Amino acid sequence: MVRREIQRFCIYTLFLTILVLPMVGMRGPEFEARRAFTVLSVLVGVLLLTTVFRLLRETSFYRNLGQRIRQRRDRALGKIQVLPRPVALGSLFFLLALFPFAANNYVIDVAITVLIYVTLGLGLNVVVGLAGLLDLGYIAFYAVGAYTYSLLNLHYGIPFWFALPFGVVIGSLCGCIIGYPTLKMRGDYLAIVTLGFGEIIRLVLNNWDNLTKGPNGLLGMDKPKLILPSFSDGGLSWTVVPLKSLPSLYFVILAVALLTVIAVHRLNNSRIGRAWIAIREDETAAELTGIPTTLLKLLAYALGAVFAAVAGAFFAAKLSYTNPNFFVFLESCVVLSIVVLGGMGSIPGIILGALALIAIPELFRELASYRMLAFGGAMTVMMVLKPEGFIPATRRKRELHEEELESEEAADE
Amino acid sequence: METQAFLVQQIVNALFLGSIYALIALGYTMVYGIIQLINFAHGEMFTAGSFIGLIVLGALQRMGFVESHFVLSMFVVFAMAMAYVAFLGVAIEHVAYKPLRRASRLSALLSALGMSIFLSNGMMLSQGVSDRAYPPVLGTGGIHVLGARITYGQIFIVAFAVALMVGLNLFVKKTKLGKAMRATAQNRRMAGLLGINIDKTIRTTFVIGPALGAAAGVMVGMYYGSVRFDMGFIPGIKAFAAAVLGGIGNITGAMVGGMLIGMVEVLWAAFLPSEWKDVTAFIVLILVLYFRPTGILGERVIEERV
Repeated sequence: MVRREIQRFCIYTLFLTILVLPMVGMRGPEFEARRAFTVLSVLVGVLLLTTVFRLLRETSFYRNLGQRIRQRRDRALGKIQVLPRPVALGSLFFLLALFPFAANNYVIDVAITVLIYVTLGLGLNVVVGLAGLLDLGYIAFYAVGAYTYSLLNLHYGIPFWFALPFGVVIGSLCGCIIGYPTLKMRGDYLAIVTLGFGEIIRLVLNNWDNLTKGPNGLLGMDKPKLILPSFSDGGLSWTVVPLKSLPSLYFVILAVALLTVIAVHRLNNSRIGRAWIAIREDETAAELTGIPTTLLKLLAYALGAVFAAVAGAFFAAKLSYTNPNFFVFLESCVVLSIVVLGGMGSIPGIILGALALIAIPELFRELASYRMLAFGGAMTVMMVLKPEGFIPATRRKRELHEEELESEEAADE
Repeated sequence: METQAFLVQQIVNALFLGSIYALIALGYTMVYGIIQLINFAHGEMFTAGSFIGLIVLGALQRMGFVESHFVLSMFVVFAMAMAYVAFLGVAIEHVAYKPLRRASRLSALLSALGMSIFLSNGMMLSQGVSDRAYPPVLGTGGIHVLGARITYGQIFIVAFAVALMVGLNLFVKKTKLGKAMRATAQNRRMAGLLGINIDKTIRTTFVIGPALGAAAGVMVGMYYGSVRFDMGFIPGIKAFAAAVLGGIGNITGAMVGGMLIGMVEVLWAAFLPSEWKDVTAFIVLILVLYFRPTGILGERVIEERV
């Protein structure tokens, strides 16, 4: 056992040494190996730790420790669940509403970004988590929402709230346009085609100079406005208040995110939601039981696109600026990882996922260049260690274990 | 005369681009054929190969080796890049794909995406954000055919790519390991029962595929004269489109598909606005998947996989 671990350690160290070789830079005639050496020592350190961990795992001490931790956790979770649900949700909402009064602008800005991604994650959850259609070009709908608002506002002066319905309609139309040709496809092919569509939309935004000003982007859209009653001079009058400050924008996106949560929660338990899950599980069987699969798959795309379009319109309004480079493939990956890391189909999981993927990297701002590196690595590690996500949906958790059995059977065929 | 020269020139360009895409597509198609996974990190392997080629070539040039032994140094550059990326491929397979062989397909796909992001950012951090210039080794000499100019560099690259593909075909058709690969791709469980070492076979796939991608990377670097950390993304997707076009899992199909995608793209850039040329591969991909999801040569793909 110990011998095998040591052997493994040596082989891996050799591998890592070869893999960091290209990081040896050349300054003038000499080799500059310090950076490569640092990276290598960190990697070997991690490797050493895992080796020690693997050896420890076999001892009885560790097994007892694991059991104790699990007991503690279950007890703590039990305590949380004692709180009646309305009270828990109410206090959470209260905290969210009071949040901007206690935080500075930077924190509120991060919170707004997190809420945008919560909305996006929940929207993608409809497509991926419920209907099981893997979409790698989801950010395109976000772009559609952002550009729809920007163009309507810049050319026709349509305010945010009136532009939203247009954004929703155009977004869902785009969803159907993308959804229609992919109806016949499943799994991986669907992934690559949606990726292609996402890139096409980005390229169109980038190349259609007359309409979108190309890579320079669109500038100077209005912020959302609210019409509020005021009682200043005697009688009641209505004043238009532009929501310029970050806290007010925070409330707008909080409302959007909450509406999305409610909508997705209701969808999840509705007839449509159950039909989607049936399609995800076995499309042929779903069709045979009388579910209109074509219609429902299109609906999933359209609804997913709607949430993204709303988030996109808000994003453009908040920044007063859009450009095609906001909507690169990597962003689709981020949203997809929010859905998957959080736990597919689970609303609390997705909220936690958005927090983890958007807020935690903000804490390490100084290490900005290493953020995406860590992000990619974390994605792989998470998939290897805990493919069901942080907070798996109960249904999903059960399915994942079935899937393992099924894939074994499928390999037989 | 003018148009004829123009056409010949475009065909030469298409052959060049097509063989690059074909080489990359082979990596996708082999991996997909054997473990049904879109190896998203494959585009990054292409970039990594290009960077290693740059480093080795730079070192050799500094030593004055390129001038004195041109052929040998070319061999060393390609061999080092391919060997390194093969190492990288095996490492990634071991870390990111092997533990997920029994898990759901989505998990494996996301793991591959994670690896892709990890690698491209790793390369950005270690090699910088800007374009890195390749030493101009291929020279500008060439021959004239029907009024079109073909550089020796183009001839060399196309010939080398074709040699690699022929070699791969021989390997897969004639050797024992190649036979094991085909068997594993057909039915992994059954192949295992018949005494084929599945792990070893899959590892072999992750040696060959990335090595071919790396060769393509070095070729692109030498031809266009620069490399960048994110240059693998677009060719990666186009090559995947090529693999699907030819029928995924089918090695000949990947070659045919790569050539076709290269051809379409070059012709598009020649006659239609060239800033839209990146769209062509996607449109071809979508049309193929819509009308013939099994690809040109892929009869083997069963309904489940589509």
